[in-house]
Amino acid sequence: MLQDSVQKFVHRHYSFDDRNAIIDSGSGYSEQCWQLFAELGWLTVPFREDDGGFGGLATDMMVLMEEFGKAMVVEPFVPTAVLGGGLIAALGSAQHKEQHLVPLMEGKLQLGAALYEASGRYNLASVGTTAKRDGDHYVVSGSKILVLNGEAAQQLLVSVRTQGAERDEHGISVVLIDAASAGVHKKAYTTVDGHRAAQISFTDVRVPVANCLGAEGEALSALRRVVDRATLCVSAEAVGALDMLLQKTVEYSKTRKQFGTAIGTFQALQHRMADMFIECQLARSIVVMAAMKLDSDLTEQEKARAVSAAKSRVGRAIRKVGQEAVQLHGGIGITNELDVGHLFKRVTGIETLFGNSDFHTARFASL
Amino acid sequence: MNASFTAEELQFQEDARQFLEAEFPKDIRAKVEQRVRLEKDDYVRWQKILYKKGWAAPNWPEEHGGTGWTAVQKYIFAEQMARFGAPEPVAFGMKMVAPVIYTYGNEEQKKRFLPDILASNVWWCQGYSEPNSGSDLASLKTSAVREGDHYIVNGTKTWNTLGQYADWIFCLVRTDNSVKKQEGISFLLIDMKTPGIKVSPIYLIDGTPEVNEVYFENVKVPVENLIGEENKGWTYAKVLLTHERTNIAGVPRSKVRLEKLRMLAAQTADGNGGTLSDDPIFKNKIAEAEIQVLALEYAELRALAAVSVGKAPGPESSILKVVGTEVAQFIDELYMEMAAWQSLPFVPDQFVEGFSGEEIGENGEAATALNYFNNRKASIYGGSNEIQKNIICKAVLGL
Repeated sequence: MLQDSVQKFVHRHYSFDDRNAIIDSGSGYSEQCWQLFAELGWLTVPFREDDGGFGGLATDMMVLMEEFGKAMVVEPFVPTAVLGGGLIAALGSAQHKEQHLVPLMEGKLQLGAALYEASGRYNLASVGTTAKRDGDHYVVSGSKILVLNGEAAQQLLVSVRTQGAERDEHGISVVLIDAASAGVHKKAYTTVDGHRAAQISFTDVRVPVANCLGAEGEALSALRRVVDRATLCVSAEAVGALDMLLQKTVEYSKTRKQFGTAIGTFQALQHRMADMFIECQLARSIVVMAAMKLDSDLTEQEKARAVSAAKSRVGRAIRKVGQEAVQLHGGIGITNELDVGHLFKRVTGIETLFGNSDFHTARFASL
Repeated sequence: MNASFTAEELQFQEDARQFLEAEFPKDIRAKVEQRVRLEKDDYVRWQKILYKKGWAAPNWPEEHGGTGWTAVQKYIFAEQMARFGAPEPVAFGMKMVAPVIYTYGNEEQKKRFLPDILASNVWWCQGYSEPNSGSDLASLKTSAVREGDHYIVNGTKTWNTLGQYADWIFCLVRTDNSVKKQEGISFLLIDMKTPGIKVSPIYLIDGTPEVNEVYFENVKVPVENLIGEENKGWTYAKVLLTHERTNIAGVPRSKVRLEKLRMLAAQTADGNGGTLSDDPIFKNKIAEAEIQVLALEYAELRALAAVSVGKAPGPESSILKVVGTEVAQFIDELYMEMAAWQSLPFVPDQFVEGFSGEEIGENGEAATALNYFNNRKASIYGGSNEIQKNIICKAVLGL
């Protein structure tokens, strides 16, 4: 059902040309599409029923994201609904939820999660941004890199250190900061894959203590759980995009003629496309595994291992399928005019998001 | 072939180093280090300095202005050039059309074209590929029909690198449709100012208009611009492609990039309080690349040794093209992995001269994904790596 509804939406509103126009627009996403996301109920998918959502199942998010991946949807679903909304749902009080999740699901609130720092690489515990208590406020200082949807976000969820040293597991809190607060400086840009992001610095930003989500200093495990769900989402998105790359490569090989015949008749190339197919299937399989485990009652550690396994394996599929799709297309594969190059860029971007294959292989081994 | 340099060779290395230190313009060097894209003027200015020194064309025969260096000297020079980040001459004139002109052109053509190539007075571009003729280059359709003392050229060429700067283009054109496809091709030099030529940029996914499509509509080309004999162009082109391939291994550049990668890894935080130099996985990947470059380097030296005892560059050069491009692409991946999150910003303008905005990322981090995307071309151009493997199968393995 969900799959069907996204496919209809893509068919009507999200051609390759539509997407290009959206990326070139001022905001970098389509408000009209975003309102459709809300009307169609997609913004409720990441949330449990008691939070007013559709159920919050990873398997549902997977279905949605895979379809988004096929069309290279750039609307900020992951930053707003999965990361930002996910943190509020995981850590926030009833009041936080009431105040933010309702407008979010109605399509009226954009969020960004500012979680990574230049010296921290993919380590969520590496938090140098400080929040010092001053009466009933925190004073926040520090800077974050690559905040997805950072430009449009009205509210920012920022990991801050309320205690301890830079990489301590304890002492990390998540605070909600109004993006219009004094001392918030954004440097916004488009990413290589057509999304929007910003590096954001905080200079003595005053934040009410009530904006701290959950118990002060104890946010790290929830933070990891939410980022794992986002990681699963982009992995599923990659599965959709990789399938498109394979499909387009096979189609091209049937129509592109060289040496008097379609290049798809060459066995050397056929085997490479068969390898791409195998990669796509393994990527899909491991993402299904991870989504099912996230929806199960396994331990947190087992869930984290499953997500890292998926991201690691999908990353390797991305390298292989992405590069082969371009190579088999030849020069046209790296031109702006063809969608193949853009799919290649999107999956390459996903490879880096929330940790690349090497990071997740190491994390898998350590858990 | 020796594993170490002689005293004379070491002296030459020092001379080359001193020359580059003194003469390679500081502003161009700064651009290279900051990954700012070089413009036409940068290439030409530097090339003219090399010309003044007499070092513009190490691979040319001495009678036409070559340096007369041994294979080892050429190798040393290329290594020093890479060490300083000095751009190689733009290949189309110096390395591609010139060897065809001095090998197959007549005296008149040699006098007319070679001095301007050597002195970098004229910028050349390549007119080989067509929209429907890529790997199967010999199927090309751009036609040249003889009318009196002119050819009338019609057709479309593509993947024309830096054609926007070009004064002249060398083209493969079809002059006979009635014979086997390889036997009806001629090699024609065309002035880009001739009426009927239109150049249109193709934007690549890294945001650069590096290549073009070139359209020819009833373009009149004097017959004296034909190289060699009519319908023999394919033979000449094959020679050119072999030259293109021997220059494609890119060992010095890969070595320098790996050195720099190691240096930057030692400054890049691993997120756990150390640097990427402490990360055994990343360290191993750099080592793998270094080992591959070493093998490639000695494959190239063996090929050079064979050429120096009088053998023509053979199909073995396909190895250099395949491995040289693959290892360069692997190094691209390592740079991108090192930059992590900072590989994602798409701000290509910050790598163009005159950018005055706020830069994103340090040490060109935000160029790493762009380089990775752009350099996927390396395994496609110059005879794709699949075509190189066909050559190995046919010409070496006898399959």
